[in-house]
Amino acid sequence: MSCFRLENVSYRYDKALVLNGVDLRLEPGEILGLFGHNGAGKTTSIKLILGLMTPTQGKVSVLDGEAGDPHVSQYIGYLPENVMFYPQLTGREILNHFSRLKGATLKQVPELLEQVGLGDAMNARVKTYSKGMRQRLGLAQALLGKPKLLMLDEPTVGLDPVATADLYRLLRKLRDEGTGIVLCSHVLPGVEPYIDRAAILTGGAVKAVGDLPSLRRQANMALTLSIEPANGSSALEKVIEASSAGNGLMIRKDNGRLQVDVRPSEKMALIQDLLSSGEVRDLGIHQPTLEDVYVHFIGSGGLAHRGGAQ
Amino acid sequence: MSSIWTIARKELSDSLRNRWLIAIALVFAVLALGIAWFGAAASGQVGYASTPATIASLASLGIFLIPLIALLLAYDAIVGEEEGGTLLLLMTYPLSRGQLLFGKFLGHGLTLAFATLIGFGVAGIAIAVLVEDVAVGALAAAMFRFIVSTILLGWGFIALAYMISVRVSEKPVAAGLALGIWFFFVLVFDLMLLGILVASEGKLSPELLPWLLMLNPTDIYRLLNIVAFGEGAQLSGVLSLGADLPIGAAGMWFALVLWFVIPLAGAWALFRRRRI
Repeated sequence: MSCFRLENVSYRYDKALVLNGVDLRLEPGEILGLFGHNGAGKTTSIKLILGLMTPTQGKVSVLDGEAGDPHVSQYIGYLPENVMFYPQLTGREILNHFSRLKGATLKQVPELLEQVGLGDAMNARVKTYSKGMRQRLGLAQALLGKPKLLMLDEPTVGLDPVATADLYRLLRKLRDEGTGIVLCSHVLPGVEPYIDRAAILTGGAVKAVGDLPSLRRQANMALTLSIEPANGSSALEKVIEASSAGNGLMIRKDNGRLQVDVRPSEKMALIQDLLSSGEVRDLGIHQPTLEDVYVHFIGSGGLAHRGGAQ
Repeated sequence: MSSIWTIARKELSDSLRNRWLIAIALVFAVLALGIAWFGAAASGQVGYASTPATIASLASLGIFLIPLIALLLAYDAIVGEEEGGTLLLLMTYPLSRGQLLFGKFLGHGLTLAFATLIGFGVAGIAIAVLVEDVAVGALAAAMFRFIVSTILLGWGFIALAYMISVRVSEKPVAAGLALGIWFFFVLVFDLMLLGILVASEGKLSPELLPWLLMLNPTDIYRLLNIVAFGEGAQLSGVLSLGADLPIGAAGMWFALVLWFVIPLAGAWALFRRRRI
């Protein structure tokens, strides 16, 4: 059973093509990061999976059923971006209301509120809540009834670093219990350690999808070696030039270390040459981060172009 | 069904919490008692005039007040959820748009029904207890008819308010349109009808004219509460057309029911087409 499956999905809003032939899937026990600039189609994809809209073309199946079917949406938890609630109700009353709508037991409401750190505030009206507290209430709402598919849109907005860490720990635990989780965020360094796979959307199409190593391979981006010379940098530079065989690797000097950008395919050869030359005291390898990969696929930076041209 | 009731229950507890229900009931009770005691003031005396006169006065005031209260209660039902950011969330729950709308209707409808029942019910009991030699049976029948028709009229305007609320995307716009509806049915419609009557100089078919009253729920409501008192009832203005209606009280009740069923179905159809 897949948590969801989008097959060649297109969606038109008025005349504009918002999604164009999107293929995407999520399996249980997996955290998928969904990234893209504003208007890339993230929200539309989520709305299609939630069954709020039907695709113009293609197939959307969710938890082996149809998107929007009550038997399906019962098992979906959703935290919208900038979640809002009825200001005149207390946190507990709101969760009770949503819990009834979901057909979940009311017993879990105090537990969930406790779990997101609202135990002391559950009987206060939501209009007295801070942004972070509302966000946590939204999260508790999404967790009602043990969802099999959890979709979180910017879940860490307004959360302090400790609460953010708590949230990610909680998501890991849920993932290990078999929940499929979609995470939309613009804070890429924050989510990088926690996602299993990332999908990068732009212009309504999936530009790249996969785990971080595979995205790096797809991007074919240069990685940076940071080398500390053992016997002076000029000797080391000769070794590098000899190894790259006229490919003209750019060498930057930084605090006595040499920084070399090298393509993934040539990485191992260079490292072997370096090590066997005996000119290296220390070697660091800097892989492109999720943010670098994202910028590569979305935008146009100098580094991105160089990697992409190969 | 249980999700409809969950939504209705929240609306009901909201109107208890913000004291809407009790406020409406209070206004109705004060209004009814005031009219009962001072309704005859125009003829130079204070005291209970008669049951038909009291009900007729109440119905005349009711057509101003009931639609206004119903529209106020319901105009932001859907657009308010959207502006508050909860509509999107609600729609991701196992809850269809129809269930949300009918749950709202049940909640608002019960709020109005309870307020009417309590407000006018208390007034009716007070009249029965305090006024000597009032025919209690006739009073009870008239009050019952008045309360039920008031509830139906209120439901009609709740449903009309929903038709606006599911269409527009901003609350102030919904409020403005709701006032427009009130203006049209309560103030403009009868004037228009009079204008048509005069301008047509009798060329319009006399069988057709009375049916035009059925196009306005407030006219049906007044007819129901005045005509029920029989031949001697005083029908003034355009309402005198109603004396020629061939459908009788049952037909008018039916028309009043249609006046909430059709707009509600319309609101449902419009809501299903709304983009979220």
